[in-house]
Amino acid sequence: MGNPVSRREFLKVSGGVAAGVSVLPTSAEAAPGPDAGSTVLPYKAKAVGKAAGLGVNQPVSFTFPDASSPCALVRTGSPVAGGVGPGRDIVAFSTMCTHMGCPVSYDPAQKVFKCPCHFSMFDAERGGQMICGQATENLPRIVLKYNAADDTVTAVAIDGLLYGRQSNIL
Amino acid sequence: MASKDRVALPPVNAQTTNLTCHFCIVGCGYHVYKWDENTEGGRAPHQNALGLDFRKQLPPLQVIMTPAMTNVVTDNDGRRYNIMIVPDKGCSVNQGLSSTRGGRLATVMYTANGVGKERLKTARMHTGDKWVDVSWDNALAIYAGLTKKILDNDGPSGLVFDCFDHGGAGGGFEGTWGTGKLMFTAMKTPMVRIHNRPAYNSECHATREMGIGELNNSYEDAEVADCIVAIGTNAYETQTNYFLAHWVPNLQGGTLEKKKKWFPDESAAKAKIVIVDPRRSPTVAVCETVAGKDNVLHLDIEPGTDIALFNGLFTYVVEQGWHDKEFVARYTSGFDAAVQANKLSLEETSRITGVPVAKLQQAADWAYKPKAGGKRPHTMHAYEKGIIWGNDNYLIQSALVDLVLATHNVGRRGTGVVRMGGHQEGYTRPPYPGDSKIYIDQEVIKGKGLMYTCWAANPFQTTLNAEEHRRVFLRRTGIVKEALAGARGASTQQLIDIVYDACKNKGGLYLVSINLYPTMLADAAHLMLPAAHPGETNLTSMNGERRLRLSQRFMDAPGSSKPDCQIAADIANAVKALYQAEGKTDMVTRFSGFDWRTEEDAFNDGFRKAGTAGAPPIDSQGGETGYMATYQLLARAGNNGVQLPIKEVKDGKLIGTEMLYMDGKFSTADGKAIFKPSPWPGLPKTVADQKAKHRFWINNGRVNEIWQTAYHDMYNSFATDRWPMAFLEINPDDGRALGVASGDVVDVYNDYGSTYAMAYLEPSIKANQTFMQFAYFNGIAGDVTTPWVDRNVVPYYKGTWASIRRVGTVADFKDTVSFKQRRFA
Repeated sequence: MGNPVSRREFLKVSGGVAAGVSVLPTSAEAAPGPDAGSTVLPYKAKAVGKAAGLGVNQPVSFTFPDASSPCALVRTGSPVAGGVGPGRDIVAFSTMCTHMGCPVSYDPAQKVFKCPCHFSMFDAERGGQMICGQATENLPRIVLKYNAADDTVTAVAIDGLLYGRQSNIL
Repeated sequence: MASKDRVALPPVNAQTTNLTCHFCIVGCGYHVYKWDENTEGGRAPHQNALGLDFRKQLPPLQVIMTPAMTNVVTDNDGRRYNIMIVPDKGCSVNQGLSSTRGGRLATVMYTANGVGKERLKTARMHTGDKWVDVSWDNALAIYAGLTKKILDNDGPSGLVFDCFDHGGAGGGFEGTWGTGKLMFTAMKTPMVRIHNRPAYNSECHATREMGIGELNNSYEDAEVADCIVAIGTNAYETQTNYFLAHWVPNLQGGTLEKKKKWFPDESAAKAKIVIVDPRRSPTVAVCETVAGKDNVLHLDIEPGTDIALFNGLFTYVVEQGWHDKEFVARYTSGFDAAVQANKLSLEETSRITGVPVAKLQQAADWAYKPKAGGKRPHTMHAYEKGIIWGNDNYLIQSALVDLVLATHNVGRRGTGVVRMGGHQEGYTRPPYPGDSKIYIDQEVIKGKGLMYTCWAANPFQTTLNAEEHRRVFLRRTGIVKEALAGARGASTQQLIDIVYDACKNKGGLYLVSINLYPTMLADAAHLMLPAAHPGETNLTSMNGERRLRLSQRFMDAPGSSKPDCQIAADIANAVKALYQAEGKTDMVTRFSGFDWRTEEDAFNDGFRKAGTAGAPPIDSQGGETGYMATYQLLARAGNNGVQLPIKEVKDGKLIGTEMLYMDGKFSTADGKAIFKPSPWPGLPKTVADQKAKHRFWINNGRVNEIWQTAYHDMYNSFATDRWPMAFLEINPDDGRALGVASGDVVDVYNDYGSTYAMAYLEPSIKANQTFMQFAYFNGIAGDVTTPWVDRNVVPYYKGTWASIRRVGTVADFKDTVSFKQRRFA
């Protein structure tokens, strides 16, 4: 056990916008199961799109790790922390607000996810950091892997607990 | 075990207790589950204490249960327990909602490697160049010995306190009674200030003198008001669940049925809201979203012109004949004099406030114009720091309450003129032993006082004129440190003599801090005593609708930390023992009556004794019926508690009071409410001089994510990732002119001090205006606040003007902090 990596630490190790490094997560297949005492659950990797097919600021819906967990894949148009793909600008988040699970919507003008229930807002360009609102957690970040050979973006893990679950894997 | 993608559920047999969130005045109800660390509940609804089915995805709005609501704590016997602290759906205050602060209650409970790892666990003493741990006996011997020496040689005025007077953490009826009895009955010192202001005073003198206590309605009244007038309050951020659970439904039209039921012969519509605030706050934006822009009127007055605004509206309402003539004649006095003194035309009001006449008229139409059939509208007035810490507290409150009285917007359901509040309330003390208000900060700056105790207070971060205040404290306490550094192998009595000599003869000041954490005071203090907070001690407080609850103890306090009432008792008993040894019976008597074994004993000695036969004079928010509230009955009343004053106990249930002044009898000698003349005075000269010299208005206030939680949150990465430094909202054009971008560090300076802040460019901030996070640990807004105070020594924190220059860039801030707009749209 131990404290989760703070989002700030994540943004720093990911190099932020300016630094030219991107630390990609290890593959889900390698993740040990919960019985081993790991804090990472055995997510089953899922291909969620091709980088070339993603329009800037045009979010694509998908579900991960199962059909009842809606997520959004977004290409922000400029390199961001945790971003994958050729432009390091592809990120994904759960679209269930961490406060009470209401569906957050993406505002392309600000590149922000907004919750209509209690008005929490999360920054897609800062790892889902809560900008203002009532949540106690930032927006769960879907950890992505990019395969340059076939341009595929794959969801491999989740950083943060999904709303309404005891565990991200039901 | 808290991990990032799974939590442990409480089993059905988990211990369950009630906890009132102790951060803000709203006092949301929470349930605490505690169970063995190595077990967890199952996912089926009958297998976990929440009764929810976690085998599948829960739909929205079913629960709030996040990793921040979990922790693992260790009791003194070494046993480890999971805890989960989740909002109580049955609590009428928050109705299952949690704020971003209360939602982190579990996170801040002490665990060796958690947010609380910096907690004081033992008493600590400064040797002149370093801190060392000492026993309570060691610490109390020094504290009591020095106290006695000062009392004997110099009298009570040598003993100075900066002490809480509120409820919630660092407060509560047990704590105010314990400290009050120590300071006022035993020591008899008048040299006391309150945690956030430099004297022993109220923040609501005017309204009280007019006969209206500042917490006079229920949160439910906001659900049935026709119009809410919100003045200098940013409720979405600072009374969050009051706003979300009670204001928003009314603004959305969700309470129409209740309105029709409560007021069957009146027209009913969704509420309109008038917001008085120079800044477009996040609350303005949320109100526009939920109510529609047509139902929100933002009066963005020039800073410091509230008095003119209310006088203009008062004059206009009376001219229109919209005041309640019968009510005024029968239940009030002084109306005509106030009308004369406060007379201000709408044109003049517009010139002073900068608000167009048409908007002023619209505000009056919404709030005061009779409804269909001549029915009087129910308009609730809610105010907070814009008035409390405005220009000037006494006069603004007078002007506002004049308007409210004229329109009879008090003592009727759906009305009220109420402060929104900061901390919860929790006042029970012997009368203050003085007849004037002493500006303590200035006294200490002038060299007065020998021993200074900060009790759950941190003036280094939270006072006005803070830079000078800190500079003097560091200099005077440094004199004592120099003396201590030379005391090798000194006995307790020798140490006391050395300290006393440094204070009495060399200008020194002995500083004691009683708190959860070292705080910034550790830079100057000589002694730190470890205190406990709710959850580690039983504590009673009342919220902004006078709702009294018992927040129950569920875990041991870390190390040897103790509840405030117990610390007060330990100090009193230690001093008493010294006087007993000398046979000074009069002093023994003064320091007697602290033989409390539990916090309940302190509650029974103060709150429950007030007004009873044979009791000494006690100023208590429980009034003369407080004795009815036993711990047992309060435990039974749970998170809904009882609204003070208590009327009766019926079938084992405490029955309280939802709204005050329904009978038209106000809190004055003759029962009539009193109008107060409050002519517009302009800005105080001290403030106006700074405004003339410095370009930017440094408005300052609280922020949603960190609001009366900074003492924990400065160690919590969720909070410090967002706010590593106090932020300063500034208009982008002003930013460009100064060469300042978001994430830059700026120097904010004027004739009184300089502080640094993290720039945050925000388009809705007006030119030449800014907004700075108040009371933060990294960048202190109070450093540039003038020492000006009103007639009751209430500060004008909002009256700050300064210049700004760019210092440089912290790359971390730019890379990791979001600078997106915080106004929802």
